[in-house]
Amino acid sequence: MTITHQFDYIKAKSVAHACKLLSKKGDHRLLSGGTDLIGHIKENLATPDSLIDLKGIDALKHLSVTPSTIKIGALCTFSDLLNSKEMAKYFPAVQEMAQTVASVAVRNRATVVGNICSAVPSLDSAPLLLTYDAVVCVVSSKGVRKVPINQWFISSRQSAIRKGELVCAIEIKMPAQKHGATFVKLGRYRGEDLAQASVAVVALPRDRYRIAFGAVAPTPFRADQLEKLLNGKQLTDNLVGQAVTLIPSLVSPITDIRATKEYRTHMCQVMFERAVETAVARLR
Amino acid sequence: MKVSFTLNSETRWLECQPNQTLLHALREQLGVKSPKCGCERGDCGTCTILLDGKSIKSCLVLACEVEGCEITTLEGLMQSGLTPLQKAFLDQNAFQCGFCAPGMVIAATELLEHNSSPNRGEIEEALAGNLCRCTGYAPIIDAVLDLVDNGGK
Repeated sequence: MTITHQFDYIKAKSVAHACKLLSKKGDHRLLSGGTDLIGHIKENLATPDSLIDLKGIDALKHLSVTPSTIKIGALCTFSDLLNSKEMAKYFPAVQEMAQTVASVAVRNRATVVGNICSAVPSLDSAPLLLTYDAVVCVVSSKGVRKVPINQWFISSRQSAIRKGELVCAIEIKMPAQKHGATFVKLGRYRGEDLAQASVAVVALPRDRYRIAFGAVAPTPFRADQLEKLLNGKQLTDNLVGQAVTLIPSLVSPITDIRATKEYRTHMCQVMFERAVETAVARLR
Repeated sequence: MKVSFTLNSETRWLECQPNQTLLHALREQLGVKSPKCGCERGDCGTCTILLDGKSIKSCLVLACEVEGCEITTLEGLMQSGLTPLQKAFLDQNAFQCGFCAPGMVIAATELLEHNSSPNRGEIEEALAGNLCRCTGYAPIIDAVLDLVDNGGK
């Protein structure tokens, strides 16, 4: 498929340069991995005036670790997450998630920041980022602002990013205490399939839980009501049963080519039950 | 615009429009035909090449993005004849129509570079982004396993 749409290509020299280019009149899109964007341009779903390539900006390349935070730079790919010793040590579930994203050749190119900027309901990185209370760092020519991830996803394909802004990183606080986490994704086959439903569960000491779902609502979301039900109580079969009964009222999946809403709802219940069990086992 | 890069150990350059994909530039301007045009939306893996040593889908990369990069296609891997992996593919009769083969070989080459003794599951995972329209997956995986049993090389 030849790209029929014409656009300019500019390689940004710095974050400030990219912000300046973005602030000009017209439809300017940021390019890092391009695994979504190039596809959209091919299908004329995106018709930008220019592409601003960020790959030459060293400041965006790093997956940097401080004692308090792990920072995923805008150019960090899913393969970078998989190759990171720090991720393996502190956030093994994030690697578990990265392993489910498309296939190796896409993971080598696709970035985590690009993933959250796509803001599609099924994006794989969102449920865990929600459970870890990640923060999105956004820059523009006006300065920097930080958006909590639970305010990032506005609706399907719409994030909280404003015109002229660039996401420079995602920050995740280092876990203050031992925790157990897991990510479970339902796809038709491994490799290149979007999630039909996904769930992330983080189990913390003293019976506290963080739970998020993906692909079963217009945006990925934290299941506050489930957390409220479980928090502070000893996890029994009865309690998990109550939580499972609650799930159909929390999710609002659609029926499409991949699965029916009934199937997705049912699988949310099954996956939640398994995910809680795994997260709790990993906490021990 | 002019873009220069290393292609299969040679310095090359080309004149391209910003909207030209790397896949088309390789096939049509540089005459490198091992990457194939399949789905052209990043799903099938027939256009897989190595960019700075990592496998990528060349249908989802613009030619202008590879300035200064190092590109390796199947032609580059077999500069001194068939690679052990290709021989294993032949031995296992892993090619039917052969359309997916360059992508499969590139993906398996990348795997073996990082992991000299993958198990069947790891091979399946590494090749999950490469579709075979003849559905000949079993001999393809067997071919990669052959190499593992021979000590990885």
